[in-house]
Formats: sequence, structure tokens, C-alpha cells
Amino acid sequence: MDLILPSSGLIFWQLFGFLALLFILVKFAWKPMLAAIDERETSINNALKAAETARNEMANLKAENEKLLAEARLERDTILKKAQDASVKMIDDAKAEAVKAGALMIENAKAVIETEKKAALADVKTQVATLSLAVTEKLLRANLSDNKSQKDLVEGFIKELKLN
Amino acid sequence: MTRKFLSLSVLLSAFLLIFSSVSFAAGADSEDGGEDPTGFIMHHIKDSHEWHFFNIGHTHVTLSLPVIVYSGDRGLEFFSSSDFQNHETHAFGEEYAHEGYFIDSHDHMGRVDGASFTDLSITKNVAMMFLVIAVVLILTLSAARYYKKNGAIAPRGAAAFVEPIVIFVRDEIAHKAIGPKYRKFVPYLLTLFFFIWIGNLIGLLPGAANLTGNIAVTATLAILTFIIVNVNGNKDYWKHVFMTPGVPIPLLLVIVPVEIIGLFTKPFALMVRLFVAITAGHIVILAFIALVFIFQSYTIGVVSTLMVTFINMIELLVATIQAYVFTLFTAMYIGSAVAEHAHDEAH
Repeated sequence: MDLILPSSGLIFWQLFGFLALLFILVKFAWKPMLAAIDERETSINNALKAAETARNEMANLKAENEKLLAEARLERDTILKKAQDASVKMIDDAKAEAVKAGALMIENAKAVIETEKKAALADVKTQVATLSLAVTEKLLRANLSDNKSQKDLVEGFIKELKLN
Repeated sequence: MTRKFLSLSVLLSAFLLIFSSVSFAAGADSEDGGEDPTGFIMHHIKDSHEWHFFNIGHTHVTLSLPVIVYSGDRGLEFFSSSDFQNHETHAFGEEYAHEGYFIDSHDHMGRVDGASFTDLSITKNVAMMFLVIAVVLILTLSAARYYKKNGAIAPRGAAAFVEPIVIFVRDEIAHKAIGPKYRKFVPYLLTLFFFIWIGNLIGLLPGAANLTGNIAVTATLAILTFIIVNVNGNKDYWKHVFMTPGVPIPLLLVIVPVEIIGLFTKPFALMVRLFVAITAGHIVILAFIALVFIFQSYTIGVVSTLMVTFINMIELLVATIQAYVFTLFTAMYIGSAVAEHAHDEAH
């Protein structure tokens, strides 16, 4: 058979065989295979995308958590500061109140003391008056028992009067 | 590594050729009784009505193939190739005619009365083609069965072997050469690649037929490509052929015939490239083997064996490259036929 002259029989069989092969392979090999490969590629891509999304979500979540934590910390600090301020104010208030109360008590005590003092002084005055009356009475009884002394006294008064 | 091996082999063969001139002269004397080396090579690369494997002494180990003949007056007839040959020497000849037909010594079918007929015999190459188809089918169908059974999971077994090639053809050949409309053509390109590749590889086995190095086979594949390309040609493609944009009207008289010839040279180049690459490889290997019988020297035997091993390795590469090139060029021709391009673009 010739080398460079194609023989019709071989062309016929080759055409028949190759087309049959093409038909069988397209139907039973390439279509299911390409479909499976495509499907797998899609599922791999989807899985990668899902992983990426999950990673982003995790990062977001973490950032949010940190934000929340920072906020909580800030709030704690504020609350603590407020509490401290409040306690300081309370102490100050209490102190002022105490001072005020003390002053009032002292004032009251002073007033009482003054009253007492006045009462005591009045009493003393009365007592002194009574005492001096008694002394005077006694003295008068003693001194005015004779005439001479009475006369001296009167003269003494008169002298005094003259001076005035 | 291979380069070292090659230079070593060339050096060794040159050296041995000089010193074996004596044995060459001795061999030439006894050549009359030996086989004609050209005939031996041609016998191996051409098609035949009988599949001849090897001889043990004078016993020919062959496979008789069906001879199918169709003629207008006698219809379809079936014979065996052994009906047309000498049972001792397995030689075909006009003297061994059977029922009005004969196969001559050049393996051509003839009819005794000279009437016209068509030879549809299952020749060596047709049988080889069925073998290639069977191997491709087993390989790809078992791979496809894996996906059917397991769904879209990581490939194993035959699927792991076939899938990288499928993905390579799909992404590196079809997608890159054809563009966005590549999906429709992937099955054809895959079939083409696997048929040519497996055909090339099996063709390298001793005793196998030179299927993909047969011009009828490469012509058939090229014609299929030609049909697919031109059936899918869009408006731009045909406009480019018959009204090449950007060319002055007088020049079209020259350009259009060139473009029309171009339509046919593309598949012609495909046909010739595969045929030549594979046939040449076989001839080189057979020539080195023939050297052994011509020189009948142990030294030449050693060198030839080394060279044949080396060329065989190159042929393994060529088998893959030629399958790739045929598929790639087919994809490129399809790409040029389906491409949508703006006309101010440079051509």
C-alpha cells in the first residue's frame, strides 16, 4: 500500500471509528467528567469564599468585642469616678453638716450658759442684798444702841451731803 | 543527561563505523540472501491486509485480518487475508487470487476482471485503530465512572490520570486558543488529543501499526477539523476571507484567492505535520534497527540498540507533542473562526 496516497478503506473506517469514539466519549465520558470537574471547581471556590467570609466575620466580631470591651472599661472608669466624686461630696457634706451642728450646739450652750450666768448673778445679787440687809440690820442694831453713835452717823451723813 | 547520551552515542557510532568497514564488506557479500532494508522499513510503516508480528525461524507469526470488498455488481463480500497468500511464505501475489480478487505483492487489492470495487478491509491500521479506540474508551470511561460513583471529589485512579489532561486541554488549549466560546469544542479537542496521543504511543510498541503516521488517518482527522472550523465560522470569519477588511478593492483580487487557499492549507498542514512527524520517527528507529542486519556486527548492534533506545525516548516526547500540536492548531483554527473582533483591529 502507498505511503502518501490515502486509501479509501482506511478513511472510511477511520471516519466511522473516530466519529463513534467521539459520540461515545462526548455522551459517556467528557460530559459527566467536565460537569464533575466544573462542579468541584465551583464547590472549591464556594468553600474558599465561605472561609474568607467566616474569617472576615471573625475579624469583625473580634473588633466589635474589643470595641465593646473598651466601652465597658470606659464606662467602669466613669462609674468609678462618679462614685468617688459622690463619696467625696458626701464626706464633705457630712463634715459641713457636723461643723454646722457643732456650731449650733456651741451657740446653744453659750446661750444657756449666759442665761445660767444671768440667773446666777441675779441670785447672787439677791443673796448679797439679803446678806447686806442682814449685816446692816445687825450693824444697825449694834451701832445704834447708844445715842452717841446715832449722832455721829447723822453728822457723817451731813458732812457727806455738804461735800456734794 | 540525554545530551550526554546522544553525543556519546554519535561518537561511538562514528568510531565503530570506521573500524567496521571490514565487516561491512563481508556483510555486503551475503546481502543477496538477506532482506532489502528499504522494503523492511516500508513494510513496517505502511498499511497491510495482514498483521505481521515476527518470525520464529521460518514460521510467520501473523494475525489474518478480514478482507471486506464492496462492488456494484457483487455487493458486499467478506474474505480472510489468508485466502490471498502463500501459506508458507505469507506473501501476497496476483497468483494467489481468490474468488476473482487478489492482493498484489505491494499489498494492493485488485480484481481479476479489472472491474471497479471498494476495498473496505479491516487492515492492520483499522485493527490498530479499534485497539486505540478500545484503550481510549477503557481509560476515559473508567475515569468517568469514578466521577459518576463518587461525585465531585478529588480524583483517584484512572480519573487522576485523565483529569489533569482534561483540564490541560480545557484551560491551556481550548480556553486560550478559542476564547469565551470554548466550552462547545472541548469534547472534540479532548477526543482528538486522546486518540492521537494513545495512537502515537501504541504505535511505538514493537509490532504495532503506524496508525497516526498514516496519511489516510491524519487526513480524516484534518477533514473533521476543517468541517468543524468552517461550520462554526461566523460572519467576521467569512468577511475576513471574502472581503478582507482594510484592503483596497483591487488588492482583493489577489487576497481573496489566497485566503480561500488558506482555508485548505490549514487542515493540509495538520494532515502532513502529524503524518510526517510520526512516520519519520518510525523510519529513524527502523533504520537503526536495519543497520544491525546490514552490517551484521556486534558493535553496530550495541550502538544501534543505544540509538534506538534514545530515539524511542524522543519519540515518546514527539508522541505527546504531536498530539498537543494537532489539538492546539485545531483549537486555534476554531478560535479564528468563532472570534468576534472589532474591524479597526490590526490583522
